[in-house]
Amino acid sequence: MKRISTHISLLVVLFVFLAACGDKETKQEEAKIVKAEPKPKPMRVYTADGVSVNAYDFSGFEYFLKQKNDTTYVVNFWATWCVPCVEELPHFEKLNEKYKEDKVKVILVSLDMYKMVESKLLPFIKEKQLKSEVIYLRDPDQNVWLPKVDSTWSGAIPATVIYNKEQRKFYEQSFTYEELEKEVSNFK
Amino acid sequence: MKTMKILGALAIVAFMSAFTIADSIPTGYKIGDVATDFNLKNVNGKNVSLKNIKNAKGYIVVFTCNHCPYAVAYEDRIIALDKKYSKKGYPVVAINPNNPAKQPADSFEKMQERAREKKFSFPYLLDEGQKIFPQYGATKTPHVYVLEKTAKGNVVRYIGAIDDNYEDAAAAKTRYVENAVDALLSGKEVSVKETKAIGCSIKA
Repeated sequence: MKRISTHISLLVVLFVFLAACGDKETKQEEAKIVKAEPKPKPMRVYTADGVSVNAYDFSGFEYFLKQKNDTTYVVNFWATWCVPCVEELPHFEKLNEKYKEDKVKVILVSLDMYKMVESKLLPFIKEKQLKSEVIYLRDPDQNVWLPKVDSTWSGAIPATVIYNKEQRKFYEQSFTYEELEKEVSNFK
Repeated sequence: MKTMKILGALAIVAFMSAFTIADSIPTGYKIGDVATDFNLKNVNGKNVSLKNIKNAKGYIVVFTCNHCPYAVAYEDRIIALDKKYSKKGYPVVAINPNNPAKQPADSFEKMQERAREKKFSFPYLLDEGQKIFPQYGATKTPHVYVLEKTAKGNVVRYIGAIDDNYEDAAAAKTRYVENAVDALLSGKEVSVKETKAIGCSIKA
């Protein structure tokens, strides 16, 4: 009888010990999330007429594809010269505006050529009064970074990644507003 | 008898779904596939087929167009590829895959203008009806397919970008197409067979 109770108490001790360990691990996990990487420093900041855009190479930009919080991110790859991209921008703007209280954030990633940033991109942002965050991604070695965005991406734009901490989906296509809203609604 | 009917129905369903699945698989060539020839209208008004190009050991097929800044950024490099390799048996054949009704800057007349301005030394063809580019699986401009002429047909040896720097030809570290053609000319295997790059999506 005594031996059994010893066994039981040993088991209890073991259990408490394991539970404590588990708890510790969870706390460490939480700490990791809280201590998320700081926002990377841009390679360069382009500014004109009260409009400014941060430029990143892919290693800096990757931060914006890896957020783990309760926001759903809609990351759209576009360029001022890309007609179908420009046509669908208002849908992304509308989405960003409509759901800003609902933890949806649109990031517009411009792939304009560097010679066009000051002559085309900044005036475009001002003229269209873009409210979503615009980032300029300048990394000419596309064969290295394109597959890191998505292995199926052929490189055609427009292209969009929608993700949150649980799910992620890649779209090499144009969106109507309805299609975009429907896709984002699947992320909640 | 009833079982037979059910089995029959199942067979039909299976048969039909097999087709649906086949339909949804993205088409396009993989490395080692035999690429189709074509007969498309060149900017000089005459039709061009790969089989009619004399002394070719293969072809550098480039899906490109007028309007796309990436295609424009690569224009001089496409001209240089033809200068360097057509005499070695690998001429450039450029194809505009865009539907001019959707992209007026890529109309046949505008193609003729551009070819004249830039003195294209290679055929610049219009994919009328947009029938050829989907068979190749091109999704954007520029999009290159290096084909080797063999007894079994024109075999796809390389798919992708021209080099690894769209902004600046001089800064490019790896010239993928040149490396591929050089390898083929010396009877070696192409080392980098597929690459990816940003381009303008094709408007069919």
